[in-house]
Order: sequence, then C-alpha cells, then structure tokens
Amino acid sequence: MKYLLLKHYRGGPKPAHDYAPMDQWTPEEVDAHVQYMRDFAVRLQETGELVDERALSPEGAFIRSDGEGRPPVTDGPFVETKDLIAGWMVIDVESWDRAVELAGELSAAPGPGGRPIQEWLEVRPLLTMSLTDPE
Amino acid sequence: MNVSLLRDLVPAVIGVLVRRGADFASAEDAVQEALIKALSTWPDDPPRDAKAWLVAVAWRKHLDEVRAEASRRGRELAVDALAPDGPALATDDTLRLYFLCAHPTLPPAAAVALTLRAVGGLTTRQIAAAYLVPEATMAQRISRAKKRLAGQPLDQPGDLGTVLRVLYLVFNEGYSGDVDLAAEAIRLARQLTTLTDEPEVAGLLALMLLQHARRASRTDPGGRLVPLAAQDRSRWDTTLIAEGVTILQTALARDRLGEYQAQAAIAALHADACSAEETDWVQIVEWYDELLTLTGSPVVRLNRAVALGEADGAQAGLAALAAVDPSVPRFTAVSAHLHERAGDLARAADLYAEASHAAPSLPERDHLTRQAARVRHHLRPRTPP
Repeated sequence: MKYLLLKHYRGGPKPAHDYAPMDQWTPEEVDAHVQYMRDFAVRLQETGELVDERALSPEGAFIRSDGEGRPPVTDGPFVETKDLIAGWMVIDVESWDRAVELAGELSAAPGPGGRPIQEWLEVRPLLTMSLTDPE
Repeated sequence: MNVSLLRDLVPAVIGVLVRRGADFASAEDAVQEALIKALSTWPDDPPRDAKAWLVAVAWRKHLDEVRAEASRRGRELAVDALAPDGPALATDDTLRLYFLCAHPTLPPAAAVALTLRAVGGLTTRQIAAAYLVPEATMAQRISRAKKRLAGQPLDQPGDLGTVLRVLYLVFNEGYSGDVDLAAEAIRLARQLTTLTDEPEVAGLLALMLLQHARRASRTDPGGRLVPLAAQDRSRWDTTLIAEGVTILQTALARDRLGEYQAQAAIAALHADACSAEETDWVQIVEWYDELLTLTGSPVVRLNRAVALGEADGAQAGLAALAAVDPSVPRFTAVSAHLHERAGDLARAADLYAEASHAAPSLPERDHLTRQAARVRHHLRPRTPP
C-alpha cells in the first residue's frame, strides 16, 4: 500500500511546540535535523519502503484559467495562504499502522536543543490504478 | 563485456545505417534496439566483431520495421535487404550526429536526451533514470525530437555552439541513477576534440576536467555542500587538473579566445592555488572582464562581483553587485556573502535566510540555512542552558 506523507511549512492542526524558523537555530541543530531526515530516507530505502521524496521550494503561485483567449490568472506568492506544503515522501508499506509508525518517526526529527520538533505530517493513502476484484 | 566500447560504436553504426539508406529516426531506433539486445546477450555470448554484430542486428531490426510499416500501409516492399555500405567517412558521421542531435531547433532538454542516446549510446531507461522522469516520458521526448528533425540532412555542418551548450548541460546535471552524467559529458567532449580542432571544444573539455577534479571535495561525508574556499584541496584530483591545464594552454595558444576557454582559465587559477588565501583574485577578475566582453551575461557579472570582493575588498564587491540585475539566480546568496565579508552580519543573516528560500537545490538550501544559522549564532551567542 502506498501512502503520501506531506510535510507543511505551515497549516495543519495546532503545533505541539512553537519553535523558531530554522535559520535561527544553531548550525549544529540545523545539521542534526538535516542528517536525521537523510538517515530516515536511507533507512527506508534499505527496507524497500521508500518510493520517492522531494522537497518543495516555498516559492510558486496559484494559477487558474481565465477563459479562452485570456492569459491565466496568477495568485501568489503564497503570502496569504494558511497552508503551504514543504515536501512529500511516498512510501510503500505493509499497512496503515506501518505508515503511522514511520510518520511518527519522521515527525520526531530533532529541532532546537536537540528536542524532537513533533511536527504534524499529513498521511494520505494513494488510490491504486488497478481494477482488482474485492477479496 | 566492455560496455564503454559498445557505446563508442553506437554513432558509427547509426552512420552505417544512414549510408545504407535508412532515415536518421529509424536508424537511431534500430541501433537503440540492437544496443539493448547487446547489453542482454553479450555477457553470455560475446560476438567476435562487435561492430559487425551491431550493424547486422540493427539493419535487420530496421528492415523488420520497414516491412511492418509497408504492410500497415498495404504496399509492396521495395527495400534492398542487402544494400551496400556507402562511402565510409566514419569520423564525419559522428561529428554530424553531434550537430544533428544538438540542432538549434530542438529544445535543450530534447537535444540533451537525443545526444545521450544517439551519440552517447545510453538506453532510454538510463537517460530517464538520470533525469528522474518516467521512461515513457523520455521515450516520447526523444521521438518528438526526431520528428522535429525529419528532413534535416545529416551531411551538413551544424552549430558547434549549441553542441557545446548541450554537453555542458549534461555535465552540470551531475550524478543520479546509475549513469554518471558528468563523466559521460567528459567522454563526449573528449571524443569531440578528436573530430574537430576548434579551440572552444578544447576549452570546454578543459573546463569540465578542472571542475570534475574538485568533485570529491565539493561535499563532506555527511553530504553537506562545501564551498570552494573551505574545500580540502588535498582531495582535488591532480591528474585531471594537470590534463585540464595542458589542454587549456594548447587551446589558448591558438589565440582564438571564447567563453569556455575563459571559464576554464578561471577554474585553472583556482586549481593552481594551494590554499584559498593564495588564490590570484586579481587575475581572476581580469578573466571575468574578458568573459563579460565575450558574453555580456548577467551571471558572469554576478560572479565577477564575488571575485572583485576578494581582489579589492567587500565594498568593491558590493559596488559591483549594485550593477547586477537582482533577478539573476543566486543574487541574494552572493549579496549575503559580500555583506558578511563587509562585516554587516545582521543583514547577511537575513539575506542568507532569504536566499535559502529561493535555492534551486536541497543541498544548496540546507547550506544557506546553515550559513544563516552560523552568522546569527555569531551575532547572538546563546547562553548555555
């Protein structure tokens, strides 16, 4: 079963901790955080559960059509939005429980003072493309 | 099995099929199929004459395709199954393949893909993996590129400038999947120097070798990006540097300067310094002036501001930066660096943080975040808990 893990720059339920943006941490705290994320991905690769992951730039915009013959409408940069996605990881695991376990681990990445940041991660099942009969 | 020999043969085999009357698009497809077959069967059953094997298998695949196409259209087949080879001009064939695959009418991503397949002898799967796109997408990109080239003759000289740009694009893509694109670009540039004696081709090869020599020191064991000034220079590859410098000197002696030779000269000056402090920044600024005259590029103007900051001090660098278009990529990161050198740490920290938000890659973003953290930490040391 494949699940999408979404990391947010902002949005989601009320944060467990209020912590400063990363550029205000110490260099060692930044390193420890980055290393934790990298190690996590490597470990999932080794267990055969990592499908893909990407970080997203906070820049970009909302775009929509404005009708034929008119240029698309752009709304952005994302200064106003309550919710902003920071990155995603797709995992392929045995069960929902395993997805929850892994999301919990990823959310425990260290922050200021080496304490787990306990950020909210959004976990969403991917719909399959195959038409199989229910068993 | 010698995979690199096999891949070296690909452009020549395409050339043979084209001389026998196949059009470029189907010849290229047929050779790709022969290549895939070779990769799977040669390890157990290597042929005596690798090139003859590839020609025979590719030609058979081509004829199969022509027959299938003819029957789809309900036509009689009028193909000579044993067409003789035309006059052999193997080196010219390969050079013209470079020109065709990097044709100025192709979008850069398509030119890159086609060059890697038809000249580099990579499989579609390998190219797709290297560029992190699905194989079907890459196959489509290549096939659309070939459609766009339909009717382009293979017997005319092309635009060497676009060929060099395509190779440099491949080089800068670096390393992902099982193909080392930087090494691949060097291989193709090296081959190109044997096909034409344009000094800019040598300049590009020298530039790639000099930059490649620093690759191992560009990241630390934890995968963190290490800027040039902080790199462990004992890890630079002196063999590659020596080769790059020799090639560059020979090219410069021809007295036909171009942008790649000028960039290679700057890389050579960095390579020549035993420590960051010993870098000859005055000469580097002079080369940037040459490069600016040659290209007028805003990116060059930005890099020149960095060099000037080292040669004449941070204020001179900031003054030069004021004349650069702020929308140039990495402008904010350079501004942060120059402000830090000028002692304006608060501004530098803000700029590093701002630059991290606009970083094009994850290692670069992490590096800039760390720079912001380092400068801020310097500003406001934390009290121990």
